[in-house]
Amino acid sequence: MDILVVLEDSQGSLHRLSKEAIVGAQELGGKVVALAIGKHCEQIASECLSFDLENVITVNHELVSTYNADGYSNIVKTIIEANSPKIIVTGHTYQTRDFMPRVSAALDIPFIPDIISFSEGSFVKQVLNAKLNATASFSTDQVILSFQSAAFTEENITPGSCSAKAFDVNLDSSIVRSKTEDPFQEDAGDVDLESAELLVSVGRGIEKEENIPMAFELAKVLGAEVSASRPVVDSGWIDSFRQVGSSGSNVAPKLYFSLGISGAIQHVVGMKGAKAILAINKDKDAPIFEIADYAVVGNVLEIVPKLTEALKNQ
Amino acid sequence: MKIAVLVKQVPGSESALPLNNYQNWIEESSVTFVMNPPDNYALEEALLIKERLDEGEVVIVSMGPDRVQKVIREGLAKGADRGIHIKESPEIVKDPLLIAKSFTTVLKEENFDLVLSGLQSDDTGMGQTGVLIGEMLGASTATLAIETRLEGDHIKVKRELEAGWFQWVQLPLPASISIQSGLNTPRYPSLKGIMGAKKKVIKCISSDLASKQAQTIDKIFIPQTSKQTEVIEADVDVAVSRIVEILKSEIKVF
Ligand SMILES: Cc1cc2nc3c(=O)[nH]c(=O)nc-3n(C[C@H](O)[C@H](O)[C@H](O)COP(=O)(O)OP(=O)(O)OC[C@H]3O[C@@H](n4cnc5c(N)ncnc54)[C@H](O)[C@@H]3O)c2cc1C
Repeated sequence: MDILVVLEDSQGSLHRLSKEAIVGAQELGGKVVALAIGKHCEQIASECLSFDLENVITVNHELVSTYNADGYSNIVKTIIEANSPKIIVTGHTYQTRDFMPRVSAALDIPFIPDIISFSEGSFVKQVLNAKLNATASFSTDQVILSFQSAAFTEENITPGSCSAKAFDVNLDSSIVRSKTEDPFQEDAGDVDLESAELLVSVGRGIEKEENIPMAFELAKVLGAEVSASRPVVDSGWIDSFRQVGSSGSNVAPKLYFSLGISGAIQHVVGMKGAKAILAINKDKDAPIFEIADYAVVGNVLEIVPKLTEALKNQ
Repeated sequence: MKIAVLVKQVPGSESALPLNNYQNWIEESSVTFVMNPPDNYALEEALLIKERLDEGEVVIVSMGPDRVQKVIREGLAKGADRGIHIKESPEIVKDPLLIAKSFTTVLKEENFDLVLSGLQSDDTGMGQTGVLIGEMLGASTATLAIETRLEGDHIKVKRELEAGWFQWVQLPLPASISIQSGLNTPRYPSLKGIMGAKKKVIKCISSDLASKQAQTIDKIFIPQTSKQTEVIEADVDVAVSRIVEILKSEIKVF
């Protein structure tokens, strides 16, 4: 085994980022083995049987039937120790953030996270809030890599055939120290961002809570809903059910009109499906402009009130 | 309850970020530094836990060159009891495993019940230090905490999952928990706090990490875009009429 891809269970099916990670692993080249853990491991493995992989290892054990960091890190560690893959690959998900560093520390293997592309041993990741990119490399025999959402396209998985085989692990119950409860969702609010046609989205560039009505007024003349970036929600200026991004809603409106949003990846994953992106930002190098169709370089606080007035006259 | 808060000093969100001569990092002399925002939430959570219990100690631990003493002082002014500065060159402070080993050596001696850190730094964004340290200390770990409840010898953590889902996890102490932004409202230092901080102790430790970096940042560069973007950089009235036109004739919102 050259490369081990650690798969993730997304409510009984293979996580989208795991599929993308398989593409990344195939592009790295070599013998790729995938690992599925937990009570759905066989279902997940069965989704991989038509991919060009060496095989899929499945591990089910009552201590890891559902995700927990103690159990998962132990299993991944055991599989790495037994097979010595040179590269361990995974999607950069919340679950990866939660347990993969444990594997890294336990085995002293560096973990280069959140990679967007690579070439010849050098891995590109975003740094400094996505304003710059960096190439990172490692000097060890083994490395752990996680790929950012959309670093690869799942349609590019090389097809083939492989088989699944179960791996029996001996886990001592003392390994799992945490008690994990079932996941739950909170009150979704009365706004349906995901089916909104037009969104006016507010970022920290709105500067203060007193300026929030400005965005609602613009939204009103446009017939749009209002959404927001995380810091605006964290500050309590706008309700949390209006948050767009990896920890909020995934939106795909006809127009996403962003006001003072920098364009961090955790925000962008939630809105890059918009048909058109119109962004106002005072910083001409703001990352949001890289994905915008229209980049208005200017001050939100000056432009928005005048724009609202102008639209009222239309 | 003895709580360590790991705090990093990072470039502020409005700071200039000029590349250095080697193009392998930014030229730090022209950067304005701030406390890493998620670490600020971690610090607030530590102070709240201590205040609720009405006992305990909050210790700020920060690694980096001398400039990081500024964020340690800021934490002391907000109410932390003392600081530890692990002196380290900015290059090392980009290799998560080395960072974690250095922290672990220092934290081990102190026997903390709880280690809190921000989930990710605004500079290198490696997002793993707190968990690496947890493993190295043999502590339990949880990430993306958006609420904590200390209950005797364990702590319950509400973890953020993807797309609006959450989950409660109960961990025995000692635990290393990384904090997601938004779980509290970080305080500002009071004048009294700022004065009092001057008398608080910051212990300086020079870390003698002889080992080689396992991972390095070799080059940084400005991202290139492939998308066709119309840039509108004009005075307000011109920009406004162009936006109106776009909304009307190109996006056809009405
Ligand atoms: C695990 C994780 C999950 C996350 N989940 C989410 C999520 O779901 N959603 C989300 O949004 N973020 C999320 N984040 C946070 C994300 O990384 C960014 O910090 C956040 O998106 C930044 O929000 P912002 O663009 O509003 O603020 P900033 O990054 O501070 O940007 C403000 C922008 O406004 C501009 N500006 C300032 N003043 C003006 C003005 N007067 N006029 C015009 N422009 C101005 C600035 O140039 C800057 O570009 C998450 C982070 C992590 C680590």
